[in-house]
Formats: sequence, structure tokens, C-alpha cells
Amino acid sequence: MILPANPPDLARIVKAFEALPHARVLGMTFLSLDHGRGSVRMPYRSELVGNPSTGVVHGGVITALLDTLCGAVVMAAVAEGTPLATLDLRIDYLHPASPGEAIRASAECYKVTATIAFVRGLAYHEAIDDPIAHCAGTFMLGTGFSATAASPVAAAEGASGGQPC
Amino acid sequence: MLRTIATLKESGDVAALNDLIPYARAVGLEAMLDEGGLLVALRFRESNIGNTQLRAIHGGVVGALIEHAAILHLLIETETAVVPKVINLSIDYLRPCLAADTFARGAVLKQGRRVANVRVLAWQDSVDRPVAAGHAHFLLT
Repeated sequence: MILPANPPDLARIVKAFEALPHARVLGMTFLSLDHGRGSVRMPYRSELVGNPSTGVVHGGVITALLDTLCGAVVMAAVAEGTPLATLDLRIDYLHPASPGEAIRASAECYKVTATIAFVRGLAYHEAIDDPIAHCAGTFMLGTGFSATAASPVAAAEGASGGQPC
Repeated sequence: MLRTIATLKESGDVAALNDLIPYARAVGLEAMLDEGGLLVALRFRESNIGNTQLRAIHGGVVGALIEHAAILHLLIETETAVVPKVINLSIDYLRPCLAADTFARGAVLKQGRRVANVRVLAWQDSVDRPVAAGHAHFLLT
């Protein structure tokens, strides 16, 4: 991982991502964040269950957790202030999450080009070598929208694609 | 659980089927039937925001909408003796998903003996301007 000339403020990224409304729903907190890699943890919550007969959390919870972490890891890998948008995300569900147990995730941004960042991650309970899910994602860099634009909607409409993060 | 699903399927009560799932209630996922068949909605909620500057919906929740729509389509359109288990899910993010209701509709592309392939499209103001597209594989055994 080659660090950009003006690397981002990691503490600010952690604070911004933990404060996102949906990150708060998940109860997600960072265990670590470095340039291009990081890990998070979320507690088990019964309201996030997808299968009431087993108590297993909805796949969407894992998707949201990995998507958030991947966005943060990419943001930590590129120059301060670079706009990001998720281009795609692929999740492989390797085995069901255990009811009642906290979920952790780790991700790394393993390649950054002028326009695209590539990231991969794993979700697991205690041991990373017994993963619940694997993800691979790509993010567009500098998508044309600006967080400081007067009209967020107009700025978003001008974006070339993807989900801003 | 399967007996409840079978009963609700028979009565066509997709809303009650949806409401069996705690996560659906937590994020505002709803299911309904219209002239096009099953329609799944993600109602806008502040708690689904994933970008506070743009007021965009969290990409993970958009992914959850696609996965949820795919599984409901499978339950309603096919005869399955078990609750399908998701093997994998791919989401393409096409446009920013902003602070409004989001809709999704899917189609079962292939149902094999053990695996089904489902495609889903999600949109906000117009189905011609999709915000995301997804495909998923489910295990049926």
C-alpha cells in the first residue's frame, strides 16, 4: 500500500464513520484503522434478526457492516478529501452468524489506481480463520460530487455513478 | 416458521410474511403486491442514512433491500421446502440512493434443484433510473 502525499486523518475518519446514523443502528465501533486497513466490531442485536426461528442476523447486517468498513478503509488509503462512491460489492456468505455473538470484520484496500480502489474483507466472530462472510468491493475515487456543494441533490445528480460514502 | 410461511403464501399476505422478519421492521422494509407482482419497498428513515452530507442511504441497507427482495421473490414464486440460504450477493451501485423511499423488484432467473439465481433492480423516482442492481445465489436444500 503506497501512502498518498497528503494522507488522511485516521481519527477523523473513525469519528465520522461511527457517527453515521446507520452505523449507530448497527452499534459499530472501530477496533483499529490504519492507512488501507482496519477492523470493526458490532454487538448482537435481536432487532436485526433475519430468521426469527434461528435468531441469526439478517444478511443485510453483514453487508452493511462490511460496506461501512470497506468505505472507511478506502478513505484511509487515499488523499485527504478524495470523494468516494461504492461501485460494487460482492459478498460470499460462508456460514451463518451465531445468534447472541458479536460480529467483527477486517478489511484491506489492496490496490488504488487514479480512479478506482479495490478492497476485500472478512466478517467473523472470534477467529478470522473461521469467517462468516467474505467481501470484495470496488470504489470510485473523485466521482465529481462534492460534500460541500450548496445542493447535495444537484451534486449527487452530477455524479457519474455509485453510492457516495 | 415454514408452516407460517406456507400459510401466508397461500393467502397472498406478503406484508405479513415480510413482518415475520425483525430486521425488515428495524430498517423499514415492506412487501406488497401490485400489477407487476411482488414489490419490496425500503421506506426512508433517518436511521438508514450512510452519508450525512449528501443525505444518501447507506449502501449496505441498499444491499439489504436487494437481498430481502430476492429472498421474498424466491419464497413467493417458487415451491421451496426450506427457507432459502443466501450463498452470495453482488450489488452494483448505479446512482446515489438519496433520502426517499426506494423500491425493488426481482426475478428468479434460474431455479435448479439445489441452487437458484435471482436478479433484482432497485430504483427511487423512476424504474428507468435504477439506483442499484443485484444478483444472488441461494441454496435450496
